[in-house]
Amino acid sequence: MAKVLSFGIAKEITGGSVVDVPFESGITLSGLRSLLESRYPRLRDLKSFAIAVNGEYAAAEQLINDTDEIAIIPPVSGG
Amino acid sequence: MTDIKISESPLNVQSCIDWVQSPESGGIDVFLGTVRNATKGRPVQYLEFEAYEPMAIAEMKKIAEEILAKWPVNKILIHHRTGKLGVGEIPVIIAVAAAHRGAAFDACRYAIDTLKQTVPIWKKEVFEDGEVWVAAHP
Repeated sequence: MAKVLSFGIAKEITGGSVVDVPFESGITLSGLRSLLESRYPRLRDLKSFAIAVNGEYAAAEQLINDTDEIAIIPPVSGG
Repeated sequence: MTDIKISESPLNVQSCIDWVQSPESGGIDVFLGTVRNATKGRPVQYLEFEAYEPMAIAEMKKIAEEILAKWPVNKILIHHRTGKLGVGEIPVIIAVAAAHRGAAFDACRYAIDTLKQTVPIWKKEVFEDGEVWVAAHP
C-alpha cells in the first residue's frame, strides 16, 4: 500500500489529492502505471501523464517501493 | 545567482527587477505571464493555479542551473504564483540579467518555454458555464 499524490485533473479522476493504492514494493514504474490506469480508467483519456517518484520524473524501468512518494503528474500547464 | 519562488501572494515586478540588477549586467530581460480574458472566444472569469510545490521548485531550479551553464548570464529569477488569479494578474515572472542582451533574451525565452513543459504546475480556466484543466485532454 502506498500513498499516491495527484494534482490538477488527476485529482478529480482519483477522487482526492492523496489516495491509497495497494501494490507490492519492487514493481516497475510501468507496472505501477498499468495498475493506476486499471484502477482509474479515466487516466487513459488524458493527453499523457507522468509519474514522479520522490519528487523526480521517473523512468519506465525504475523500481518503486511503497515507502516512496509517488505522484501522478498530468500534462503541466504553468506559466 | 538564482532566485526561485512559488507564492500565493501577488508577485511584485519591480522587486524582481531590483533583485536581478547589478553593475556587471548591461541588460535585463523580463517575461511576465498575464491572465488573458478569453480562450478561443470564450470569456474567462479567472484562473486557478495548483503546484506540486517541492517538485516544482526543484524543476525551476534545474532550469535556472541549466541556463547558468549554457549562457553567460549573471542572475536569473523565476517566480510563480498559485491560487485564484483574475484577468490581468501575473502568474509568472522571469527575469534574467546578463552583460549583453543576446544571452538575456535567449535565456529568458528558454526559461519560460521549459517551465511550460516540465514544471509541475497546473492551471484551470474557469468560465461562466464551466471549467477546464488546460492541456489535460487531447
